[in-house]
Amino acid sequence: MQRIIPTPRWMRKAVPRFFQYLLLTITTILIFVPIVILLFGSVKTTGQMYSTPYTFPNPPDWSNIKFILSSPSFWRMMKNSLIVMAATTTLTVFLCSLVAFVFSRLEFRGKNWIFNLFTVGLMFPINVAILPVYFVLRQMEQYGINMIDSLMGVILVQTAFQLSGNIMILRGFFTAVPKELQDAAYIDGCTNFDFFWRIMLPLVKPSLAAIAALIMIASWNDLLVPLVVLNNDKLWTLPLGTMQFQGQYSSDLAIISAFVALSAIPTIIFYFFAEKQIVAGMTAGAIKG
Amino acid sequence: MQSNPAQAKSLYPKPSGQSRKLKDRLVIILFLLPALVIFLLFVIYPIFRSVYYSTFDWKGLGAATHNIGLENYRKILVDAVFQKSVVNVIIIIVLSLVLQLPAAIILSTMVSRDLPGRAMFRTIFFLPYVISEVNAAIMWMLLYSPEPERGFINGVLVALGGSPVNWLADMKIVLFAVFIVLTWKYFGFHMLLYLTGLQNIPSEIEEAARMDGANSFQNFWYITLPLLSGTIRTSVQMSVLGSIQQFILVWVMTKGGPVNASEVMATYMYRFGFVRFQFGYGSAVAIIMFLICVIFSLLYRQLTNKPDYLTGL
Repeated sequence: MQRIIPTPRWMRKAVPRFFQYLLLTITTILIFVPIVILLFGSVKTTGQMYSTPYTFPNPPDWSNIKFILSSPSFWRMMKNSLIVMAATTTLTVFLCSLVAFVFSRLEFRGKNWIFNLFTVGLMFPINVAILPVYFVLRQMEQYGINMIDSLMGVILVQTAFQLSGNIMILRGFFTAVPKELQDAAYIDGCTNFDFFWRIMLPLVKPSLAAIAALIMIASWNDLLVPLVVLNNDKLWTLPLGTMQFQGQYSSDLAIISAFVALSAIPTIIFYFFAEKQIVAGMTAGAIKG
Repeated sequence: MQSNPAQAKSLYPKPSGQSRKLKDRLVIILFLLPALVIFLLFVIYPIFRSVYYSTFDWKGLGAATHNIGLENYRKILVDAVFQKSVVNVIIIIVLSLVLQLPAAIILSTMVSRDLPGRAMFRTIFFLPYVISEVNAAIMWMLLYSPEPERGFINGVLVALGGSPVNWLADMKIVLFAVFIVLTWKYFGFHMLLYLTGLQNIPSEIEEAARMDGANSFQNFWYITLPLLSGTIRTSVQMSVLGSIQQFILVWVMTKGGPVNASEVMATYMYRFGFVRFQFGYGSAVAIIMFLICVIFSLLYRQLTNKPDYLTGL
C-alpha cells in the first residue's frame, strides 16, 4: 500500500466516480432505447415509420393514438383488465393474510403438514401448470360451473397461483410483530379474531400494500391465463388484446407501437407512484420465498 | 399462549377454557379453509389430474380411454425437439449465471452506498421488470426488425459499416436475441436483490478491512462477495427457476422458431397442449417440467446449506 506519488484526494474520488457514472449511463441508455423507440413510433404515421424510423417525429402525429382511444374494444379490454386486477388483488391479499396469520400465531395439529402443502405451489409455477389447470377448468365446466370464457376463471386461477409466495412473505411480516403484543391483547380480553382484525392488520398495512402492488402488476401483465381461459373477444384483457392486435396489424408497425405504448403507460405510471411498495415486496418475496 | 386464558380469567369474566379452545379451532378452520379450497382445487388437484392423463393417448375429445402407460414419457425423452428445448433452457441458464449475475453484482456495488443519484438509477434499472412480457416482446420485435430502415439495431449496425442481421429468423442467432431481451427485462430484478443484500452488510466491516490495508478489489473479493453469498444463492435460484418456465417472451417473439431454434420447454408444452391438442402428451411434458422444478429446488436447498454466519445476510 505504499504510494510513491500521492494521488490528489479529489482525483482518487473523481476518477472512479467518472467511470461509475459512465457505466451507469450506458446501462440507462440501453434500458431506455426500446421504450423511447416505441414511444416515438406511437406518434408516427406508417410512412414516417419508414422515412424516419428512429427519431422523434416532427410534428407528432396523434392519429393512431386517437384511433385506438376512440375504439370501444380498447376501453373494454382496459375495463376487463381492471376488473381482473382488482378482484385478484383483493382476494389474494385477503386470503393470504388469513392464512399467514394462522401460520405465524396459532398452534394446531397438522400445521406443518398444511404449511408444506402450500410450499408445493412455489415449485409449480403457472407457466408449467397451465395445461393441467386447463383440464380442471374444463372438468368444472362439465359440472355446470362456468370457468372457461369467464373472468371468474381468470381471477380464481391467478389467485390460486399467487397464494403460496405471498403467504410466505406475509408470514414473515406477521412473525415480526412482537409476541408481547399478542399476550397483552389476550389479557385485555381480545379474541383471536379481534387480535387479527384490530391489531395485526393495521400493524402490517405497509406489508399488505407491498404485496398488493406486486399482485396488481402480475395480474395486470398476465397473458397466459387469459390466453387459455378466454376465447370470447368481449372478455379479452389488455395483454391478450395486445397480442391479438399485433397478429392482426403485424405489418403496420406505427399502429402497433401506439397500441403497446397505450397499454404500457399505465404500468409505468403506476410503477413511479408505487415504486417503494413494489421494491419492498419484491425483495421480501425473494428473500423469504 | 396456553397460559393466557387462565390469566385472562382472573381479570375479566371469560368463557371457559373449553369454549375458548373451540373458538380457537373455529378461527383456524375459517381462516384456512377458503385459501385451502382454492389452492387444492387449482394447484394441487391439477397435478394429480395431469399425472393421470399423461398415461393416455388422448386428443381431448370425449373421455380418455386409450391408456398407453409410460409411452408418452418415453416419446418425449427421445424426441429431438424436446431435447433441443432442454438444451436451449440450459444455454439460457448458463448465460444468465455467467453474464447476467456477475454484471448485476458489479453494477449494484457501484450504485450502492454513497453514490449521488443512486435512487434514480435503481428506479430506471428496475423499470423493465414491471413492463409486461407481451409489451417487452413487441418493443424488441420493433428493434430487431430485419430491414435496416425499420429496425433500430440493424440501423446502428449498418451505420457502423456492418451488414444487417435477421435477429429473430436466423437459427444460429435467435436464442441469443431472446437472451438479450431476457437480460433487459430481468437484469434490474437481480440488481435489486444485490442492492438489498449490500445494504445489509455493515459498512464497518469494509472500513475495518480498508484500515488493515485491503485495496478495493481485495475488499470486494474477500469481504463483500462472501457476505453476499446468501443473496447470490437466492438470485441463482430465481434465475434458474425463471429460465425453466420461460414462455411468453419466446412465444410472442418467435413461437419457438425458426425450426425449433428457440424452443424452450414451456413453448414445447404449449404447442402440444393448446395448438395440437395432444392432451395426454402435453400432460406428460407438464409433469416432467414439474419434476425438474421440484428436484432442482430440493437439491439446491440441500447443496447450498451454508454455515450460519453467512445465511443471515
